[in-house]
Amino acid sequence: MMFFDLSIVEAAAGLRRREFSARELVGAHVDAVASLNKRLNAFITETPELALAQADAADVALAAGTAGPLAGIPLAIKDLFCTEGVRTTAASRMLANFVPPYESTVTANLLRDGAVFLGKANLDEFAMGSSNMTSAFGPVENPWQRAGSNAILVPGGSSGGSAASVAARIAMGATGTDTGGSIRQPAAFCGVAGIKPTYGRCSRWGIVAFASSLDQAGAFGRSVADCAVLLGSMAGFDPKDSTSVDRPVPDYVAAARRGVRGLRIGVPREYRMDGMNADVEALWQSGLRWLRDAGAEIVDVSLPHTKYGLATYYIVAPAEASSNLARYDGVRFGVREDGEDLIDLYERTRETGFGDEVKRRIMIGTYVLSAGYYDAYYLRAQKVRALILKDFTDAFARVDALLTPTAPTAAFAQGEKMDDPIAMYLNDVFTVPASMAGVPGMSVPAGPDAQGLPLGLQVIGRPFDEETVFAVSQVIEDAAGFSAKPQVRAGA
Amino acid sequence: MTYTLEGNTGSWEVVVGLEVHAQVISQSKLFSGASAEYGAAPNSQVSLVDAAFPGMLPVLNQECVAQAVRTGLGIDAHINLVSRFDRKNYFYADLPSGYQISQFAHPIVGAGAIDIELADGSTKKIGVTRLHLEQDAGKSLHDQHATKSYIDLNRCGVALMEIVSEPDMRSPEEAGAYLRKLRTVLRYLGTCDGNMEEGSMRADVNVSVRKHGEPFRTRCEVKNVNSVRFVQQAVEAEAKRQIEVWEDGGTVLQETRLYDPSRGETRSMRSKEDAHDYRYFPDPDLLPLVLDEDWVESLRAKLPELPDAKRARFTQQYGIPFYDAGVLVAEHITADFYETVATGRDGKIAANWVIGDFFAGLNRTGHSIEDSPVSAAALGKLLDLMADSTINGRIAKEVLEVMMDTGEDPAAIIDARGLRQVTDMGAIDKAVDAVLAANPDKLSEYKSGKEKLFGFFVGQVMKAMAGKGNPALVNEALKSKLG
Repeated sequence: MMFFDLSIVEAAAGLRRREFSARELVGAHVDAVASLNKRLNAFITETPELALAQADAADVALAAGTAGPLAGIPLAIKDLFCTEGVRTTAASRMLANFVPPYESTVTANLLRDGAVFLGKANLDEFAMGSSNMTSAFGPVENPWQRAGSNAILVPGGSSGGSAASVAARIAMGATGTDTGGSIRQPAAFCGVAGIKPTYGRCSRWGIVAFASSLDQAGAFGRSVADCAVLLGSMAGFDPKDSTSVDRPVPDYVAAARRGVRGLRIGVPREYRMDGMNADVEALWQSGLRWLRDAGAEIVDVSLPHTKYGLATYYIVAPAEASSNLARYDGVRFGVREDGEDLIDLYERTRETGFGDEVKRRIMIGTYVLSAGYYDAYYLRAQKVRALILKDFTDAFARVDALLTPTAPTAAFAQGEKMDDPIAMYLNDVFTVPASMAGVPGMSVPAGPDAQGLPLGLQVIGRPFDEETVFAVSQVIEDAAGFSAKPQVRAGA
Repeated sequence: MTYTLEGNTGSWEVVVGLEVHAQVISQSKLFSGASAEYGAAPNSQVSLVDAAFPGMLPVLNQECVAQAVRTGLGIDAHINLVSRFDRKNYFYADLPSGYQISQFAHPIVGAGAIDIELADGSTKKIGVTRLHLEQDAGKSLHDQHATKSYIDLNRCGVALMEIVSEPDMRSPEEAGAYLRKLRTVLRYLGTCDGNMEEGSMRADVNVSVRKHGEPFRTRCEVKNVNSVRFVQQAVEAEAKRQIEVWEDGGTVLQETRLYDPSRGETRSMRSKEDAHDYRYFPDPDLLPLVLDEDWVESLRAKLPELPDAKRARFTQQYGIPFYDAGVLVAEHITADFYETVATGRDGKIAANWVIGDFFAGLNRTGHSIEDSPVSAAALGKLLDLMADSTINGRIAKEVLEVMMDTGEDPAAIIDARGLRQVTDMGAIDKAVDAVLAANPDKLSEYKSGKEKLFGFFVGQVMKAMAGKGNPALVNEALKSKLG
């Protein structure tokens, strides 16, 4: 039985038809994790026993006819979601020993629907990074390689382990979180689909916080439809998160089949940059042509404050992070480095517990919130953020969705861009504005570049209109017909 | 009457403003479901939110919001229909999240006022700048171990109202009167128990001094003063210190100080230079707090009668002096007690008995009105027995003392001890005759014009009757016998 090319939708159907058992499906994935993770390092913690027990429970439920929509589907869970009784590290030394006594709302929703968890996926430390190089548990290897090159590529970040595990077909789907592009950019780098829904669509309760006003959970899948299934389970109002929004979760799977006939698709002119990668530019044009061919109207729009997106993001996100990460002090949980006195204990714990990128952002955030600098940085950034949101609001008065590239380049190699944080931050230039505005965005694999690496296109929609985002993404997926497999699986 | 302090260079005026931290009466904490009750075993009332575990989020307790709004309405303050929570960032072991959620830029309650009454009978309006909601921190216990500090997080996250006054007070007396009045209002509203010993109400005292007619000089903040008496002492001690500094040619520096009651002086805690940079910013985990105007009005409609209104009503309805009414309304429970006694009876007599013999009895027996052995109904019964001449006033005082000691019913005490008033004219006449016969010299003095001896004869007759004679009948009998 060849399980690894099934989509979640197909596997769920197969399980219901009793063509195979959840035990068989999950067992194959558990074995695949065991054999490939040594190389990919996509998981920080593997939970094979737990996965097999959940698979057995799914088989019982399937036999009894009480199975949820995700019964028996093996997933990777980004190690930023707290999972009851299973170590949750945020890829930080600080939480290397932390076992939460609670389950995040999003993962609890997936468990409610019968999902099986293969383990906790690697990420950039505290979700701060675009390469997965900042993980205290080592980098993740992108399953893809450049044609004719042995260079090890990054999977993107911060949800690099999630994207890599789905691309490598050792997980059928995965959860991620996206603060400035942490789902969409790794999805593009790894040739899978990934959606960041509207801010407030998924509960943040039980997700280790990075930047509270931006963090949002989302899903990875090998198809748009799989993302729709997963998000449908993950999303929903949660009274434990004051920023989650109380509105019904629509049928995303049905929405993905709507097509784009009659829709107006905007092309933000500010996303066309000087010196843009030719493959990326060409693919963008192809995407627009596919949508036009499917009956959509293409409209030029302007998002005039796009150029301020990165700068404001790198004020707002570190500011919130500097405060959110104050709780990691070695007193109540996590790693402690004893000291001479309380201050010494704090300093030693945080010196050894946090990596360089986390420290950099805590310092930036502390600086921009300091007396005398608050108005010039944080307050001004919030004002610009309001303008960025207004850009989107104005654009969505004219169009139903936007199409842009997901990232400026394909995946780069481990070691590249490492000495220049700013170059690394530029990876998020196309994804950050939607995060700042809180609107939904999805990356869908649209084709290989000249080196055979996957590239993604980003579909951005109106607040809480994930339905249109899925519909547009589905048309691109169908038209692109992107079916290449990463080298690690090419012979499989 | 203006309060001034005399220095070498003349008299100085004292300027005082108070920041009062009042713990909100609520079942659970401001942002978590953990119990807010006082006195539980250490760390037994701590939720994952309070302990700031990863991924935990605050959810605002609506009852705490209602309590803040009630308090704002109770001090005639503007209710801000949109307010916001900010994070105040600092590291300390009893602050698990590394920040306190407070309302810095946009408080829930704006300007209001409190009327205080002073010893000379004058009243003064003290402005309230703002009231905001914030979390309390946990408690650090430094005396449990030689080298370690212990942390109790039970209090961590409990809702506080910080009530900030204008610098409108000009004496220790005014500061004390403000604090007492504020406490009374909070207790009436049921929004804070005002218990300063348990720490559910504490004051930061801002003090400065100036020569008359000057603008304000630099102030110092005396932190965490926990009784009315200490607030008054701290104002005086700090003002005197500042006067000395100025008069010695120095400059008062803005700083935070502590009051040491055992030495009667304040000492420096940290200077402005050492002050924390709290890096306030809006808490991104919480949406702006938007109140519905109708909801605010529904809270206003259900506010209890507040002390000033009650005092005015008592004065009018029961015909009692304004001063007495003030004493009776100082505590809600006293006012209710009085009103139960006064209803259907003479309000003035009721007031005299409550303020006089009843309060004295509580004092003597070491009871508070909450655990008084004599209920308002029982005291009322006693007054009824006096009104219908079952006993006279002197016997009533005796009976009340017994009631205080035993908690018994007044009628039962009267019967058991035979204290019923004697109205039998035969018995009274007999006692009068005996007294006159025993005091022939006083009788002749009286008859020769020394009429004030009448009182002596009344006293002797009452004494002969063990105090039980009906005073009016005794008077009547004496008058007729003495001609």
